[in-house]
Amino acid sequence: MADATPGLRPRPVSPNIQLDGGIWRWHLTMAASIFHRVSGMALYVGALIAMAWALALAAGPDAYAGFSALAGSIIGRIVLIGLTLAVFYHLCNGLRHLVWDAGYGFQPRTATNSAWLVIVVAILATVAFWAAILTTGAA
Amino acid sequence: MSVIRSPLGRARGMGASKHGVGHFIAQRVTAIALVLLVIWGLAAGLSLAHGDYESAAEWLRSPINAGLASLLALAAFWHMQLGMRTIIEDYFAKAATKGALLVLNVFVGWLGGALTIICILKVALSAATGVNT
Repeated sequence: MADATPGLRPRPVSPNIQLDGGIWRWHLTMAASIFHRVSGMALYVGALIAMAWALALAAGPDAYAGFSALAGSIIGRIVLIGLTLAVFYHLCNGLRHLVWDAGYGFQPRTATNSAWLVIVVAILATVAFWAAILTTGAA
Repeated sequence: MSVIRSPLGRARGMGASKHGVGHFIAQRVTAIALVLLVIWGLAAGLSLAHGDYESAAEWLRSPINAGLASLLALAAFWHMQLGMRTIIEDYFAKAATKGALLVLNVFVGWLGGALTIICILKVALSAATGVNT
């Protein structure tokens, strides 16, 4: 900005939304809310994959073996691990929403702490779940 | 109509369709059901992860497993249809696009739920040995 004339106050400007530590920044609670919706959309696909599992099972051993091979492939594993994270996150954050529905947990500090709790629990549960799968049996 | 009714009571009685909170309540009730069913489903997935066809079919022949799996499918497809409805309503302003996607979403929900449950029942009611092998 050009030097102001001495003795003259700087002109008032509206706060920039992002520059100069502006009025907008990411909040954990906002990210938690967005990821709740994103994980919900992922689980929409996940439910259709579960439907494919049921269809394969109903179709017989050959179809089921095909589904198992697909699920056990690298891409299948990546998709399933992602969906597991989505399940645990959506489950934990859904509980957080139910607590809010009951009227509790709205203090900003509480909401931020519960968001951290949800994220940590979801990641730990996903790791534990896949550790359990990968350490039992060699399929 | 009784004259004792207050103006507010009368206005309430003449509300839109009286189903305004149906979506909200159904989403919460299915959510509570899914908390329990999804935890059960994850445990089941853990036990079936390395199994073959016969172990999965045998698992589903237990009435409790088949019943809970059907309920899981029902609650999940219902809940996800409700959630996706909110997303469509949030992001699609054009009536034609929004309407088409909402109908599609309802179809996916019912079709997915019906197919999944019918598959579960087919396996659950199948004979234990020698049919599909």
